[in-house]
Amino acid sequence: MQKYSVFSLIKNAFSNHQNWEVAWKDPTPKSEYDVVIIGGGGHGLATAYYLAKEHNIRNVAIIEKGWIGGGNVGRNTTIIRSNFMYDANARFNEFGMDLWRNLSQELNFNVMFSPRGIINLAHSDAQMNAYARRGNSMRLNGIDAKLLDREEVKKLIPMADFSDEVRFPIFGGLMQPSAGTARHDAVAWGYARQADDMGVDIIQHCEVTGFDVVNGKIKGIRTSRGDIKAKKVGLCVAGSTNILAEKLNMTLPIETHVLQACVSEPVKPLLDGVVTFGAGHFYISQSDKGEMVMGGDLDGYNSYAQRGNLPTIQHVLTGGLALFPFLSRLKMLRTWGGIMDMSMDGSPIIDKTHIEGLYLNCGWCYGGFKSTPVSGWTFAHTIAQDQVHELNSELRLNRFSTGHLLDEKGLGTKTWIG
Amino acid sequence: MLYIKCPYCGLRAQKEFSYGGDATVKRPNINEEVPSEDWDNFVYMRKSPRGKHIELWQHIAGCRQWIKVQRDTATHEIFQTAKVTEEIR
Repeated sequence: MQKYSVFSLIKNAFSNHQNWEVAWKDPTPKSEYDVVIIGGGGHGLATAYYLAKEHNIRNVAIIEKGWIGGGNVGRNTTIIRSNFMYDANARFNEFGMDLWRNLSQELNFNVMFSPRGIINLAHSDAQMNAYARRGNSMRLNGIDAKLLDREEVKKLIPMADFSDEVRFPIFGGLMQPSAGTARHDAVAWGYARQADDMGVDIIQHCEVTGFDVVNGKIKGIRTSRGDIKAKKVGLCVAGSTNILAEKLNMTLPIETHVLQACVSEPVKPLLDGVVTFGAGHFYISQSDKGEMVMGGDLDGYNSYAQRGNLPTIQHVLTGGLALFPFLSRLKMLRTWGGIMDMSMDGSPIIDKTHIEGLYLNCGWCYGGFKSTPVSGWTFAHTIAQDQVHELNSELRLNRFSTGHLLDEKGLGTKTWIG
Repeated sequence: MLYIKCPYCGLRAQKEFSYGGDATVKRPNINEEVPSEDWDNFVYMRKSPRGKHIELWQHIAGCRQWIKVQRDTATHEIFQTAKVTEEIR
């Protein structure tokens, strides 16, 4: 594989950049694979990459209905963080942070990981106490957390509304300085390119139409491009999980909802890190191009449409204006939606299933992008070793019946509220 | 914007309503011995179909009644609405 570097860039400049190798091939599906990963999003691509790299399983196919980078990996708001209170979520995502820190070098692809920090704002004494507790839990797990008072927040985001007449005054906030953002497309492309180089077949525009299960064991899948035999199959399809689960006669603790995001026109740099509003559901960061990237609530009803309705955008941006009044003078560039696999406790599921050789990776709710490397890493381990890794040992499907929920936000089963 | 026909008030904007989830989930009968699996299914497990979905909405900024809505989860088209005591087929 051609190595990307400043030298290859200069070399290719002489031929007007017409002779770059393709980043990944477009193979026709073989009749049989050791492992088939359904879903060519960030998590599926990362899973295939770590299967090949960590477990030397290279006879692998990724089956993608659309195209690489067209789903949630290209629709998220690129935030990376590990500011969790519960041990299972904190350890899992902090392991992921270590993968992020080295990802550009490892993939030989600049994913533009930029640890600029995230601030969760607090607007009451009670919220400050809750953040102090969360921050302490994070530090016990070795994650950097810093409780900021009002003056410290003001130094970091002076453009926020610190006036006296504001409805939800800023009391302070919890900051994770090592959190940040990355370029989402580059993550998909970087994983795809390396996986392809190690022998993984990336098969795009191929829809899974059914499964061959014999005596409780997976034998293969049926697709729009023919039947494919497989010893093991991993489901990595986010918002489409329930559609495939139905074909397997499985019912899961997942609902699919649409989540919207939006960006403004680009402006000069003014916001360094990620900021979340504590009195409503709104978060914001500024992209390298200068656009303000914003998001918030789900539309709030079950949906498989990758688009939402305006009332939700209006509601989210009302919260945004309360925090940053300057937003009122920005034009909106575009809005879009992605479909989320909302689990009933707000935490993901990476596990084996009751069908031998079938593995499940779902339930990412709002936050799948940040976990892309660690999700792939642990899912690859679970598939290769046929057992969960210590890191995903509490992210199991049966926690909903045993009562070992990871309800980080404590919101219960109304997925559209959380 | 979705427009939902409240069976009590007529056609109203989505902003007047709040969502209540899958209307086909049945609570186990509490006067009988209920296997824990049935409770799991009631509390956590959802079909979440792509296509026609019967769901609960509350007309929270109107008559405050709970209603049933049959809606397509892929296109957001609304086919039928009914009082919560009525069946949608």
